[in-house]
Amino acid sequence: MTGTARLIRLILRRDRFIMPIWVFVLGILPAAYVTTIEGLFSTDAERLDYALISRTNAGFVALYGQLRGDSVAEMAIWRAGFVPVMLGVAVALTVIRHTRADEEAGRTELIGAGVVGRRAPLAAALITTMAACLVLGVIATLGLVGQGLPVAGSLWSGVELTVSGWAFTGFAAIAAQLTGSARGARSIAVLAVGLAYVLRLGGDLSAMSDGPLSWLSWVSPIGWVQHIYPYGAADWWPAELTVVFAAAATAAGVVLLGHRDLGAGLFPGRPGPATAARSLRTPLALAWRLHRGLLIGWAAAFAALGLVFGAVGQSVADLGSDTAMGDIFARMGGSEVMVNSYFASIAGMVGILAACYAVQATLRMRDEETAGHAEMILTAAATRRGWAAGHLFFSLLGPAVLLLVEGLVSGAAYGAITGDNVLGDVLAGAVTQLPAVWTLAGVAALLTGLLPRWSALAWGAVSICLLVLLVGTTLQLDQWLLDISPFTHVPHLPVGDLSWTPLVALTVVAAALVATALVTLRRRDIPA
Amino acid sequence: MTEAIDADGLIKRFGRATALNGLDLRVRTGEVHGFLGPNGAGKTTTIRVLLGLMRPDGGAATLLGGDPWRDATALHRRLAYVPGDVTLWPTLSGGEVIDLLGRLRGGIDVKRRDALLERFELDPRKKGRAYSKGNRQKVALVAALSSDVEMLILDEPTSGLDPLMEEVFREVIREEKQRGDRTVLLSSHILSEVEALCDRVTIIREGRAVETGTLDEMRHLTRTSIRAELAGPPNGLGSLTGVHNLSVDGDRVTFEVETDALDQALRALVQVGVRNLVSRPPTLEELFLRQYQKASV
Repeated sequence: MTGTARLIRLILRRDRFIMPIWVFVLGILPAAYVTTIEGLFSTDAERLDYALISRTNAGFVALYGQLRGDSVAEMAIWRAGFVPVMLGVAVALTVIRHTRADEEAGRTELIGAGVVGRRAPLAAALITTMAACLVLGVIATLGLVGQGLPVAGSLWSGVELTVSGWAFTGFAAIAAQLTGSARGARSIAVLAVGLAYVLRLGGDLSAMSDGPLSWLSWVSPIGWVQHIYPYGAADWWPAELTVVFAAAATAAGVVLLGHRDLGAGLFPGRPGPATAARSLRTPLALAWRLHRGLLIGWAAAFAALGLVFGAVGQSVADLGSDTAMGDIFARMGGSEVMVNSYFASIAGMVGILAACYAVQATLRMRDEETAGHAEMILTAAATRRGWAAGHLFFSLLGPAVLLLVEGLVSGAAYGAITGDNVLGDVLAGAVTQLPAVWTLAGVAALLTGLLPRWSALAWGAVSICLLVLLVGTTLQLDQWLLDISPFTHVPHLPVGDLSWTPLVALTVVAAALVATALVTLRRRDIPA
Repeated sequence: MTEAIDADGLIKRFGRATALNGLDLRVRTGEVHGFLGPNGAGKTTTIRVLLGLMRPDGGAATLLGGDPWRDATALHRRLAYVPGDVTLWPTLSGGEVIDLLGRLRGGIDVKRRDALLERFELDPRKKGRAYSKGNRQKVALVAALSSDVEMLILDEPTSGLDPLMEEVFREVIREEKQRGDRTVLLSSHILSEVEALCDRVTIIREGRAVETGTLDEMRHLTRTSIRAELAGPPNGLGSLTGVHNLSVDGDRVTFEVETDALDQALRALVQVGVRNLVSRPPTLEELFLRQYQKASV
């Protein structure tokens, strides 16, 4: 542990811009939602009405979790239900960046040769990240108190965010030990956050109709913290459970660290073939080797998502036939409309996720360039266009595979459980997201061609689309703001009608972006 | 004799920094050409321009009779390149990388590849992330050397190799040289390597070629070191023009002398009577250091 303090200072120095940003933005979000909710409804009656609908709207429950009360405070905290997910990703990336990524780059070796304990780098990363979560919780509490909400509830709200961050910090400590590569560790840690979210989502949707899968929420840290209900029950034990999990995960990470060598993972590397397979002779074949693990992982995740979404669709159908809620649902259009709107909002979310894959696959090209791999391929008589095409093949067709898998699995799962055949509709809802996904892939490709140093901005484009999806309608943003996201333009099947115009238009935009990207890539220096 | 590389006044800027500042480089077909300069002198940038990876801001270059930027792909089939900092795909084995790069260039000589693997003592089954720096370098070397190409462009190819492997590398390059039809551009800052292998040398500094020619030609322009034991104290040696760094210790003298003044200096020694004499031509190190001292004054 010697040297931990100095390493903490190093982390603070390296993260002096990025860490304050995520701590502050995520911390202030709950307070921002208070303003939103207050501004949205002119009378209490309107708000109560909205609360009732929100509580029974499967799409909302899927996105944010269960709403138990109807006060402004409770609704604001419920609306901030996505913050633990974003926080989970932020802390996971922070921990990996200062542990496995440093180790892979050889920086840990450099530091390890100095007067620094073997556990110091991990300890420093964990202490700093957990402290950041604490600060974030304090910001959230102060923000909510500043909005005039009760102090006790605001304190619990801060606790909710802080402990959820700790849980994923602890898990990231494990992930950092498992594989030799930072990329692998990042995938494991972020996948765990996604899994926790999907489990929470499945459990909550099932709980809406007292379904048999409601226990799923209780195997997820996100499910735990959302059961604190700061301004309602203010249960302390889900928070305690989360802290115990965080402590156990952290301890497991430290123990695993003691059982491996510097640079090694727990999953040992195996030797490969001495000669290349006959087929490994083109840039596309190489791209397949580089992308296949990522694509298979994502496809498996999308199949799992489809299974959960399809299975909990039954709860939505049950809800529609619930007589006690009769008049509300009659107003909303009855059971069938509810199921359709549920699948439409799922399709929107799945579309954004597919865009995450598309951007990741496209930016792989830039990674190949900065790592020096592109140079090796391009000087071995591959054309730049052929090299780029190999990667773009995956960023364009990969999402198609993912959306097909999700649509098929969720439609089939729903059909198998309820006996209703909605496969075609659900599949159409998922696949029509594709032109919007391609547009984001096109943005990532163009950035890679035109502004390579800024290519990571493509993630900003995805974040904007996610924000539009999450808060766009609540904040009643102007239409032109909503229109920034290509996902606003796709028909929201199976609710609306299939209109081809936006699909064709988005495809043309995506094609133009990709074509421009190829031209700019041909004209610039590599590496740039 | 035709020229394999003909670069004329290359200029390349990165923002405010100027990497190449009017660089000239001429490499004749069939020769091993040393490309010398310290880190940051512009060696890698020059190579990247010659490979069509970067477009120069000024000047022109011809490579194997073609335009490196416009004809990049066609030219790359005729050459093989070993980058200075070899990074391999972490999930591909060394053997896979060697075969892939060879096939992209249009074919690989399997026998030659296997022979090279053996000589470099390289295990091709390891995954990219498991190789040490030296072994990554070997993967790129084997890939480049087992393709049947007209030109090899090697950017500091022996960095990370141990002395035994450096010797293997030299043997292989000497064999290439004996074939007579392969041109090699060898960028390096290891002078003994260049001295052992190269026919001609270009020394660059701050993006400009400061000296180019055969080692003999370059030596002609510089000084020979002489250490002698004389019959008596030296006479008037210090007043000769072209004699430098003279130090006298009783009967023993050491000094450096410019090529033009060599004759005069030897006469002066013979007049006193010579018991023992060691004359040493300047090493490349000395050429190099002189080149840089001259510039920094």
